[in-house]
Order: sequence, then C-alpha cells, then structure tokens
Amino acid sequence: MALTTKHLLGIKDLQTEDIQLILSTATQFKEVLQRPVKKVPTLRDVTIVNLFYENSTRTRISFELAEKRLSADVVNFTVSNSSAAKGETLLDTVNNILSMKVDMVVMRHSASGAPHYLAKHIDAAIINAGDGINEHPTQALLDAFSMQEKTGKLAGLKVAIIGDIMHSRVALSNIYLLKKMGAEVMVSGPPTLIPTYLQKAMDVQVEYNIDKALAWCDVANVLRIQLERQNQPLFSSLREYNLAYGITMNRLNKLNKEILIMHPGPINRGVEMDSDVANSPHSIILDQVENGVAVRMACLYLLTGRSNPA
Amino acid sequence: MTLISEQQLPSIVKRLAHQILETYPGLNNAVIVGLQPRGVYLSDRIVAALQQEIAADKVHYGKLDITFYRDDIRRDLHLAKATYLPFSIEGKTVILIDDVLFTGRTIRAALDALLSFGRPAKVSLCVLVDRKPSRELPIQPDFTGKEMADASPYKVKVRWKENDGVDDVILLVD
Repeated sequence: MALTTKHLLGIKDLQTEDIQLILSTATQFKEVLQRPVKKVPTLRDVTIVNLFYENSTRTRISFELAEKRLSADVVNFTVSNSSAAKGETLLDTVNNILSMKVDMVVMRHSASGAPHYLAKHIDAAIINAGDGINEHPTQALLDAFSMQEKTGKLAGLKVAIIGDIMHSRVALSNIYLLKKMGAEVMVSGPPTLIPTYLQKAMDVQVEYNIDKALAWCDVANVLRIQLERQNQPLFSSLREYNLAYGITMNRLNKLNKEILIMHPGPINRGVEMDSDVANSPHSIILDQVENGVAVRMACLYLLTGRSNPA
Repeated sequence: MTLISEQQLPSIVKRLAHQILETYPGLNNAVIVGLQPRGVYLSDRIVAALQQEIAADKVHYGKLDITFYRDDIRRDLHLAKATYLPFSIEGKTVILIDDVLFTGRTIRAALDALLSFGRPAKVSLCVLVDRKPSRELPIQPDFTGKEMADASPYKVKVRWKENDGVDDVILLVD
C-alpha cells in the first residue's frame, strides 16, 4: 500500500489509484481531527521543512498544522528573512537545510518547475505547494475531496472552473485530477484569460458565457484574478470583470437548481465573487479549508512511508 | 492444519460473550471496541451474541483503527480503515476485541489510540487466538478463545465468511 511516486510534484504524475488512496486516507484523517486529541504520533521521527518562496496564508498554515497533527518536527522558511535574499541559489539553500537532517520538503515557488528541478538533485521527498502557473496538487486534492464529500461522487460530476484560468496552477491541477477521476470539466471566463490550446490539450469544454457555464455545472470552482501575475491588461477593469464574469446572487438565483460554489482563496470580494455568494449556503469555501488539513496529512503520511524504506 | 473448526467457532464466540457478561454484568458502564480491520469480524459476532443475552441498546459498540499509531510505518504502509466511536469512553470499561494476539504491538498501539478519545477507567482485552510464546510486550488477554502453548513456525489465519467464505482458524506455512 503506497503511492506510485516518491514526490508529490503534480497531479499530472499521479495514477488514478494514487488519487483514490490519498482521498480515502484523508477521510480517516478527517475523523482524527474530530477527536478530543487531534494529534497522532505517526510522523514523530520525521522532520519537515516548509520552504515558501512566495506568499501564502492558507496553504502554509494548513501544511504546518497537518505536520504538527502528525507529530512531525517542523521548520519554516520564508524567503523574505532568509539568505536567499543575499543571493544564495535554491539548490544551495535546500542542500544546506537537508544537511541538518531534514526528511521532507514542502515547497512553494513562483517559478514553474522549481520543485521538479529540486527533485532531480535531492533525495528527500518533495511536496509541491504551488509552483508558478504550473500545479498546486494538494489544492486540487482537497477540492476533489470536498466535492466528493458533498456530492458523493467525482465520476460524471460536472465541474466548471471559472475565472483566471491562464495564470492558475489551481485550474491546471484541478483539470488533471478531475479528468483522471472521470468528471466532466468546463472552463469559463474572458477569452483573454483562457489559453487557446487548453480545449485540445486537456479535453475540456470552453464556455465564454458565464451564465451558460453556471447553468451547465453541478459545481463552480471560482478562481482568483491574479493581478500579480498579469503584466499586461487582460480585461478593462475589475468593475467590468465583476459585471461580466463575477459570481453574484442574481446569477445564482436565475438557475433552477442548487450548485456548489468553491474558491481556493484568497477571495477578491466583489470581483470574481460577491460577498453574499461567498457567505451563502451554496458556498463550501470554509469546508475546503477544513478538508485541506486532512488531505495534506494524507499526502505527508503516504509519502513518508515511501521515502524511508527500512 | 485447522486450529479452530467451523463447528467449534460459534461456541467459542458464545463462550467469550458469556465470560464478558459474567465479568461485567449487564455491561454496566462497559463498552465494546473492535479493532480494524480483522478484529471487527470477531467483535461483530460477539456483539450479536451479547445482544441475545441483554437488551441491544445496552451494548455500546465501536470500531477503532490503529494505523496511525503503529510502530512499523517505516517498514510497511497500511491502509487506514474507519474509526467509529459514537460514545464517550471517559470513565468507562473498554473491552477491546481483536482476532489474534501475537507480539502485542497492535494492542500497544490500540491503547495509545484509545487515549485520544478520553481516559477509560479500565481496558480489558478479548482475543480469539492467543499466541502467547510470541509476545514481545507485557500485554495479556483477559478473555481468550484458544491459547497456543508452543511457539509456532506457522502463520495463524483467521477466516471469516464475510471475507473468506468460511468461518475457521487455520495454520499456514509462512
């Protein structure tokens, strides 16, 4: 009983059985998190470094909590107060940390492929906590876990991924995962934010009309407009984006059905999603955050078993 | 080689249920906890036998998975099964049920796991087969279906109808 990969770099590298194993293990960890004592001794002999070269609130806290709930020793690294600011290379930084006997690396980096590069040069197991515009595998896993928990299935589920598809590692990881698990995937948003090759390359439907996308789907996973990754204007204004593509109560009330609303956070309230939608019973945004800890515990548990064969 | 035949097994289950009731009359302040995965087959039978004797709502029955408390996860990764304890164990007598007591390491982990749910007044142990000479930790059962007196080179395989098509215990060459 183990994953087929040594690292968790992306959903792209996972087999269907790997995804099922992570999701079913996460179910058991979710029960652990309801106990009076929420901590298990499973990884008490494991030291994990959280290397965050890019800002994060949810993901970093979620990983750190998952590690602590598993009794691992945790070291946190943020680039702003580290020697990376003095010009040390990524590989040097990591090798220095590993020489202090660290077993696992959780890494976020603004460069796509950074964890893949690291995986070629170091022995420790690596979990990608988001690399540039490439992948964010644990987010896709917790999204899938939350969808499965609420709807009871992934196969045949109609999922619309809405918004800034172009700059979103969440979108790419979600598409890989949902396709592998047999869900139907549609992407929706302004044409300037949807890569033209996506339909062919990933076998997803593309719908530029947001109302049609909402009418089609069971689940709408709404993404953040990533202004920090856009170096040219891709839509005219945030106000106009909200009018044309924002998820509003008005739009949801026009549907003759209930759909689930998801968002990986942080939300730009009033841009891609209105506040009353985020706070409504449609929204499972806080369930996603809660499930994130259990899903990350499952990933850490399944990867450590693999990384230290006796 | 058969250790417990299909004919013997139901009467052993019945005896274990009776011994539990003799020690804990009416299961007052006592709860039954079967260990996942394979102890649950036995605890299902014992609970059914207990419910023949006392009111079904007097039998508080839960299931405990100990995967995350094991001391051998570096050697072999196990698939976790569901834990379901729909009651408090605080101040209660917990009767743990497992199929085979071998090295004692599973029960060590189970004691650890149990404490995450509260502080029981007492924990007692019921097993179908006790491989006493193979013990590695100071752990002994309170209720035993069958004790194996000699260190056996064989693997003890408990088979259950739900899973293996037949109810018996056999010895296999490891």
